[in-house]
Amino acid sequence: MVKFKSILPKIFLILVLIVLYTPIIFVIVYSFSGTTNFTFPRGFTLEGYSAIFTSGSRGKLFDSLKNTIILALVSSVISTIIGSISAVGIYYMKPKVRLMVENVNQLPIINSEIVMAVSLMLFFVTFKFPPGWTRLIIAHVTFCTPYVILSVMPRLMQMDPNVYEAALDLGANPIKALFKVIIPMVMPGIISGAAMAFTISLDDFIITQINKGATTGIDTLSTYLYSSTKSASGFAAYWYPVFSIIILIVVTIVLVGNYVKFRREKTKKSGGK
Amino acid sequence: MKTNPLKKVSQKIKNFRLTRGVFAWPYVLFLTVFVVLPLVIILVNAFLADGKLSFANFIALAKDGASIKVLINSIFIGAVTTILCLAIGYPVAYTLANMKTGSIIVILFLLPMWVNFLVRTLAARAVFEALSIPLGEGTVLFGMVYNYIPFMILPLHTTLTNIDKSFGEAAADLGADRVTVFLKVTLPLSVPGIISGIIMVFIPTISTFAISQLLGGVHLFGDSIHEKFIHGLYGVGSVMSLIMLAFVLLSNMLLKKFNKGEAKASIW
Repeated sequence: MVKFKSILPKIFLILVLIVLYTPIIFVIVYSFSGTTNFTFPRGFTLEGYSAIFTSGSRGKLFDSLKNTIILALVSSVISTIIGSISAVGIYYMKPKVRLMVENVNQLPIINSEIVMAVSLMLFFVTFKFPPGWTRLIIAHVTFCTPYVILSVMPRLMQMDPNVYEAALDLGANPIKALFKVIIPMVMPGIISGAAMAFTISLDDFIITQINKGATTGIDTLSTYLYSSTKSASGFAAYWYPVFSIIILIVVTIVLVGNYVKFRREKTKKSGGK
Repeated sequence: MKTNPLKKVSQKIKNFRLTRGVFAWPYVLFLTVFVVLPLVIILVNAFLADGKLSFANFIALAKDGASIKVLINSIFIGAVTTILCLAIGYPVAYTLANMKTGSIIVILFLLPMWVNFLVRTLAARAVFEALSIPLGEGTVLFGMVYNYIPFMILPLHTTLTNIDKSFGEAAADLGADRVTVFLKVTLPLSVPGIISGIIMVFIPTISTFAISQLLGGVHLFGDSIHEKFIHGLYGVGSVMSLIMLAFVLLSNMLLKKFNKGEAKASIW
């Protein structure tokens, strides 16, 4: 009886995991069917995968992939630069001003994406921003930068405040002290902030979909995927293979990332003792 | 949050000194232009009808039976999704918090969160199609729970693992049985995690865009906001965005009240 009771929660965990992973495994299995109607007319085949390179719409697929990466790279670089410098600034503002700026900085994070998307769209239309890349990059930088700031801030709190003063005493001007002293010290926060900005931009659908403009023809992977769920010619055979590749990449990165994190924490713990 | 940062900036220009705070000024300007101003434009548009300030858009929305129905239905679906996520997520987080390997296994529960939500949604739809389960409210609910449950498990797991085990041990030493320990110690101490989880599931669910459409042709509030803007009904769309924004700000206030000083659950 006691044993059954202790096993029960584990069975529950496994059941939830099964439900959670069924769709993912399902998609991976059917990515080898070469069809989108969940049958295996030709048995296990790599046709779906080769369709990625041979299908008539492969141009659109690769363009959207290229756009996704360019957008994520450009916006994460810009938001990392803005975010890192601003985090230093915000950290040293007067407490009242700092609290206010931090609250506004939270807005893009807490706000629901659809409200942010339509508010930006209305703003871009009102002030006649050129549709396309300009709008997309501004929108992405707007929702990525707050995450960079939030990731740099804790590093600043850990920093010895005297180091900056020492740099000034030794003759550095504030800008030089920023780039030669503060920025290198908070580098780990900047790097994780940049990674975060890149991922969030890569992952975005709603804000891109609403701000890309219908006439520009710019599509990212997610907006192209969305439009192809509605396309008259049907859901292309390469999508389940593409999903599988995306899932594989994500799983690898998350698992490796967590493994590295655990290892680091472990060595830190044993090093401290 | 309402005070105009521009005014503050112009005041500062008068007595300029290159302190470190100055490094944030470009970003303050950026935030003002690209975060605050767009929301102000939404606010103005909500009260602007035919070039005049009025409540016409609010009245139009109140009379728009279809939109009100969508709002009520969204709140209903949001509530059911949240309850289901909590009912499934809490036991999961609780069990994991009491397992030695819990902090490793939890990664398995959070992993799907990293896959793009459109991919997850279409994967769920693929299962329904293959099993010829008709798409409708039921499949929408499944999709919502499936998509958002990691956001419930994450804050719950963080809070539950951070509860000092000695509280429970002390209660047990004083004669409380396991149920009492849970009800009187663990549950009350996990309230901040419950609140974060509820908010992290409820807000995205009601404002969701595309998930419900793809999983059952059901329109939720996010979809109808989008639709209004697509059809050029900026006024009514803005009123609806304001309603959504009110939900967001209210829940954020609630969150701050319950999470005073506590380390917030972080996806990272």
